[in-house]
Amino acid sequence: MTTLITPVKKIVMVFIAVALFSYAQLSHATPEIQHWQNTHGSEVYFVAAPELPMIDIRITFDAGSARDGDKHGLALITNGLLAEGAGTLDADTIAERFEEVGAKFGNSTNRDSAALSLRSLSQTKWLKPALDTFVTVLSRPTFPDIALERERQRALVALRAQKQSPRALVANALYESLYGAHAYAAPTLGYETSVSVLTRSDIEDFYQRYYVASNATIAIVGDLDRAGAESLANRLTAKLGKGEKPTAIEAVAYMPKQKRLHIEYPSTQTHIMVGMPSHARGDEDHFALFVGNHILGGSGFGSRITKAIREDRGLAYSAYSYFAPLRAQGPFVVGLQTSNQQTTEALQVLYDTVAAFLEEGPDDHELAAAKRDIVNGFPLRIASNSSLIDYVSLIGFYGLPLDYLDAFTNKVDNISKQQIRDTFTKRIKLDQLFTVTVGQSVDGE
Amino acid sequence: MRTKQTLLSLGLAALLAAMTPPLQAKPSDNTHEFIFDNGLKLIVKEDHRAPVLVSQIWYKVGSTYEYDGITGISHVLEHMMFKGTKKFPAGAFDRIVSDNGGRHNAFTSQDYTGYYQEFEKSRLAISFELEADRMRNLLLPEDEFKKEIRVVMEERQLRTEDNPQALTYEQFNAAAFLSSPSRFPVVGWMNDLENMTINDLHAWYQQWYAPNNATVVVVGDVDPNEVHALAKKYFSPIKASPVIAPKPRREIKQSGMRTLVVKAPAELPYFIMGYKVPSLLTAEDESDVYALAVLSAVLDGGNSSRFAKKLVRGSEVAANAGTGYSMQARSDTLFYIDGTPAQGKTIGALRKVIDDEIEILKTELVSKKELERIKAQVVASEVYQRDSVSSQASTIGALESIGLDWRIIDEFVDKITAVKAKDIQRVAKKYLIDDNLTIAELDPQPLDHARPRRPAANIRH
Repeated sequence: MTTLITPVKKIVMVFIAVALFSYAQLSHATPEIQHWQNTHGSEVYFVAAPELPMIDIRITFDAGSARDGDKHGLALITNGLLAEGAGTLDADTIAERFEEVGAKFGNSTNRDSAALSLRSLSQTKWLKPALDTFVTVLSRPTFPDIALERERQRALVALRAQKQSPRALVANALYESLYGAHAYAAPTLGYETSVSVLTRSDIEDFYQRYYVASNATIAIVGDLDRAGAESLANRLTAKLGKGEKPTAIEAVAYMPKQKRLHIEYPSTQTHIMVGMPSHARGDEDHFALFVGNHILGGSGFGSRITKAIREDRGLAYSAYSYFAPLRAQGPFVVGLQTSNQQTTEALQVLYDTVAAFLEEGPDDHELAAAKRDIVNGFPLRIASNSSLIDYVSLIGFYGLPLDYLDAFTNKVDNISKQQIRDTFTKRIKLDQLFTVTVGQSVDGE
Repeated sequence: MRTKQTLLSLGLAALLAAMTPPLQAKPSDNTHEFIFDNGLKLIVKEDHRAPVLVSQIWYKVGSTYEYDGITGISHVLEHMMFKGTKKFPAGAFDRIVSDNGGRHNAFTSQDYTGYYQEFEKSRLAISFELEADRMRNLLLPEDEFKKEIRVVMEERQLRTEDNPQALTYEQFNAAAFLSSPSRFPVVGWMNDLENMTINDLHAWYQQWYAPNNATVVVVGDVDPNEVHALAKKYFSPIKASPVIAPKPRREIKQSGMRTLVVKAPAELPYFIMGYKVPSLLTAEDESDVYALAVLSAVLDGGNSSRFAKKLVRGSEVAANAGTGYSMQARSDTLFYIDGTPAQGKTIGALRKVIDDEIEILKTELVSKKELERIKAQVVASEVYQRDSVSSQASTIGALESIGLDWRIIDEFVDKITAVKAKDIQRVAKKYLIDDNLTIAELDPQPLDHARPRRPAANIRH
């Protein structure tokens, strides 16, 4: 582990960080987010950040794996193939063109969305070639057969990698259990059976349907002015079809027949995830749930779950709770990993901790402390361009109000103990929580 | 697992002539160094972009300071640093930081242990008060230790025991090094964790946690003189104590290839190979180190590198293939290559194409275009790195902690730029040879048969 820093105290999950990031507070200046619709009907969100000579761009489509239908894995492989051939360029040339000007190209897909991103130096001699390549990748992908087969094979390897990861197994099983027939049930990576039969026309159809200007949210943060951002945003979508927004993701109907699933797996630890669908982005209860979760298990040390599981009993390295709101009802999840022989004890402590919180809600001290943490830490959330682009993309994609940050202070300050208790008991039902365990069952269980 | 430290994390680089003034900023600009009488070093870098700061304290102790029987102790001590002093009992640290909206954490590596807090800019005193207090006043309560050592064992299980590639890496590393403490895993061997005592920790804490073994780095929207005054208030009353330099324990010269097989429940085959190479501290010829860094980027410095183009695409033998080389180490280190074969391909086939690539490095000069592309990435990465105060602070802290002057961050540019194609060829011939090589292969065992459980650790009661 040479360069290896064994990071040690907390496990911070990226998606949680993004979820938290939408909360902030405003005793400090917030960056001005400018918003407009470009000439092709795409929503654009822009923050000028002239301090460093660099620009971040992210274009996000409502084209996540929730749009796969029964072709699981389609959204991910479509997104991944964009830079594997575009216009007259092959994958090698695309990679060279970005890297010879020091640009970083990125792509990503989750259940709700698919995105392409670019980080470049802002000087024209670096930016222009990077942007030319980016626009080509975005609007003229060729989906070469050879690339499709290669990426299909690599996806199959990634699926096999999940089989040797108890962390992936438990998360996939939880989503399948919570979402049943809903589009959120399947993993973004898909299944071996579905990935094996994806065709080039599936991919072309998916691209034509979803990678369109009407379905695009553009976020720009960096060293350029409004006029520059407008012209950049117009360029991005100039060669995309106009298309239309897809219909809304259907609401989640959660009616579990059972509430417990164990997967036998030869690990020394059992991975535990417990949860149920909770709420969508933009839900009116979101602030109360967020502040409550901060106290329950969302803020690491000092939060109830971390204290009960790790600090008081030494049962796990990582124990947490989070809400992951999506377009439709995203899950509330609590979880940990513990040595197999401690599973029963850890589960009991976890249930008891959640039950007590649902029963009593937070106390005055906990609520005041959570508000101090969130309020005083606000400047950290927007201190870098990379966190700003996350934040702006999130606001844009989920249609959160532009003054979301500004209004947040008051909203957090006004949350009461009673509101937290009420929203938690409304959303989280102890008898409906679904429990997944992956590990070795212990004799007698 | 291991993190990659290619060129791209190094620092400012070439092509400055082509750039306009904003890019000509040096990494060391607006950076100030102060040394206190007790030996504590304070480095402050002003970055007024956002009203925030990061405060880090680095101790020169890590797994390469350890001995058989107490491996992992630096990391366990790092956990225990949150378990209270007389002034701030267990839990107080977390509460005070969160009351102030801070983020905090800690890290342990082979060569150092670090702690950090990120705050809104007005709250630096909180960091200094807490860190100065726990530099000397840690209580190390036995009851807290008994819980926390279990947390560390859970951490080891999570990161290593149940991760077949990490398990392979750990045993590979232990086979590659015989006489050097580089062979120890940072997290420690399980049996050492099971037999660690609070007395071991008291001794380790007394030995290494002293102002004359620490570096404080602050980056952010701060006034260096104010930072200095605050540091003086909190840290200067602490007395220096004797810190005996660790014995070098240099690795013996390897004289023949070593191979090993690791069996573990797994689905995918995996292999890792590593050649013994020097670090910035151990190199007789420093230019070797920079040439190795560029060589690493030729093979795996982005999606236009040779591995991506020729192994993942091209021959399609690899599902993944990568390199790793950290020039920033106290002792001799490894140049790694690891990979997973593509669906239907074997480890043998993947090894073959990698061997071919190494042979090409020895026989053909790297093209000018490849070198220019790598240099462009280094230039850009230096700018991108400035987006994060923590990243800037960590670069400084890590260099100081392995015994290098942080000011060399300004030299990376020139030294990377100076690397010529023939230098890469030279170091390939010099270091990438079988006598220097250790190779480990993961032999996947069925996942559908439960393996015997690890017996309950005797630490439990």
